[in-house]
Amino acid sequence: MILLTRKIEFAASHVYHNPNLSAEENRRIFGKCNNPHGHGHNYTLEVTVEGQPDPVTGMVLDLKELKEILEREIMQRMDHRHLNYEVAELAGQIPTCENIARIIWQLLEPKITQGRLHHVRLYESPDLFADCYRNGASAAGKP
Amino acid sequence: MSNALKVELGRRYRFSASHRLHSPHLSAEENCRVFGKCNNPFGHGHNYVLEVSMSGDVDPATGMIANLADLDTFVERQVLEEFDHKSLNEDVSAFREKVPTTENLCMEIFQRLKSFPKAKLERIRVQETANNSFEYAGDNVEGKQR
Repeated sequence: MILLTRKIEFAASHVYHNPNLSAEENRRIFGKCNNPHGHGHNYTLEVTVEGQPDPVTGMVLDLKELKEILEREIMQRMDHRHLNYEVAELAGQIPTCENIARIIWQLLEPKITQGRLHHVRLYESPDLFADCYRNGASAAGKP
Repeated sequence: MSNALKVELGRRYRFSASHRLHSPHLSAEENCRVFGKCNNPFGHGHNYVLEVSMSGDVDPATGMIANLADLDTFVERQVLEEFDHKSLNEDVSAFREKVPTTENLCMEIFQRLKSFPKAKLERIRVQETANNSFEYAGDNVEGKQR
């Protein structure tokens, strides 16, 4: 099996705030991420697809097609957007790295029909990221 | 669908430390042959990068597997305070007996972090230089290499 990874970057703003918690609890739990006017990040997304190369094309899937899927499903939805207010899939959820990575998996998984989605890693900063993969697989071995 | 998915939180930390690779069970010549310039008697140092991966349920109230402030405090106390700007051989008791290779460093750090109360430690990765890194997921888990 071959693993193929494509990386994209998008810039978005967000705020961590749970309306069911008091102002004090929100501040205590979310710290500076609770600033009411929000803040933003340059996110880096790594999408890994698994599969066997097609004997004719030598490709697991055409990178152009993966690029188009990522453009349509992720860039148009999230790039230069406010994740709390403009991304319907995140409505009512705290837009943490964990939740965004899971939403990205759910958006991409049905769209990738050549090969199969293997792993999604979303960096919020170089030192903070979330991995999402099928239960039973592993995120090990990814520098 | 969510049950079929696993989500992990990854966090990177940095520390700088010195070490010397030397085994008292080997002769001076053997130490020199096995460890090469890493056997220099006065030691040398690295800027290490520690990557910690935690798994668990994403709390719907916070959207988090674990609060980063809790994880940072824990890693600071368990590892960074004792390792950063220290001599691994002299300042970390585990390495009075064991050679402070990055393999042994991984196992020592994993032991120190596996008791994090708010999430499950899946694995750690220690990067010694930009060109080499080591992963450890505990001995009861079969590490699946991609």
